[in-house]
Amino acid sequence: MSFAVKEDRDQAVRTRLAAFGEAITAIEREGDILCVHVRKAELHDVLRTLRDELGFHFLTTCCGMHFPRGTAGNHQHRVDEFGLVYHVHDMRAGHRLRVKCRTTANDLEFATATDLWPAANWMERETWDFFGITFKGHPDLRRILNMEDFPAFPLRKEYPLEDPTRQDKKNEFFGR
Amino acid sequence: MSDQSGIQRTKPAFVAPPAGHSGSGFFATTAEKAIGLARANSLWPLPFATSCCGIEFMSTMSAHYDLSRFGMERLSFSPRQSDLLMVMGTIAKKMAPVLREVYLQMAEPKWVLSMGACACTGGIFDTYSVLQGIDRVIPVDVYIPGCPPRPEQVIDGILKIQELAKEEGLRRRYSQEYKDLLAQYAIDQRP
Repeated sequence: MSFAVKEDRDQAVRTRLAAFGEAITAIEREGDILCVHVRKAELHDVLRTLRDELGFHFLTTCCGMHFPRGTAGNHQHRVDEFGLVYHVHDMRAGHRLRVKCRTTANDLEFATATDLWPAANWMERETWDFFGITFKGHPDLRRILNMEDFPAFPLRKEYPLEDPTRQDKKNEFFGR
Repeated sequence: MSDQSGIQRTKPAFVAPPAGHSGSGFFATTAEKAIGLARANSLWPLPFATSCCGIEFMSTMSAHYDLSRFGMERLSFSPRQSDLLMVMGTIAKKMAPVLREVYLQMAEPKWVLSMGACACTGGIFDTYSVLQGIDRVIPVDVYIPGCPPRPEQVIDGILKIQELAKEEGLRRRYSQEYKDLLAQYAIDQRP
């Protein structure tokens, strides 16, 4: 499913966010959706502006990302290792927006978005669970999908997907 | 036999008696065999169905394959009242303590049937979040391979469990072998 591109709405976002100046590192179209790259320090202010002034009253999703080699997708330039993606939705206008924010491995604390959208609660718990990104001000930041005593953050790329204790895939069983 | 419609009709097979001595008006066997016979043909299964194997089990349980032919008319959803734990489906590591708790709540004698690739070995889910076979947390009596197994395979597994129930001694739970087995799983058995 794809949404019709809403040029006028996109332009309104660009115009309003221009006031943030340096804090907006890039605004580009990714497919049919406008993507805003935000500096980490101003992320919460930008999200608040999107909700209160630009009508994005619904948080569709929020998740972490990890690019250990420092390259991502079509980007030719270096990117910071960790990041956070928000998708927000203005249902009245049928308009969506993507917000990305990148950070390095030694600066993994973001301001929580639960004060803006209560729906961010579980999404941020999931992000903590799988990437180890913490959220300052989150009311109940603990693991949500993995076991409570899980020893790692499994969606970081250095963590192996396969269970190392599995016996039946050993080469000796296949004559290798 | 065939009636006028030409349909072959066979007499229903009754449960065969255990080995014993019979004569005019009496039949004698050991209590162990008689009780084993009763247990085997009145198992109360507890379906622990977490995914698609559970759907296959529903088909096995319903009219077409009719598991109640084997004395399994009633599914028990209380572990306190069941003899047979049927684990059907992927068990996530987060679910493992729940499964173990259910097993511990069952009264002796109890048997465990592991149905499908996921319950037996983790199946296609070779990943950090899935338990790689339920025999890592509880002892298993019969494994049914398949992804998912056909209802015929489930019935075959049930019949294997019935064989175990028939042959098992009444004092199984006091045997050293059984104690050692439970000790492997760090299960504390009360006398």
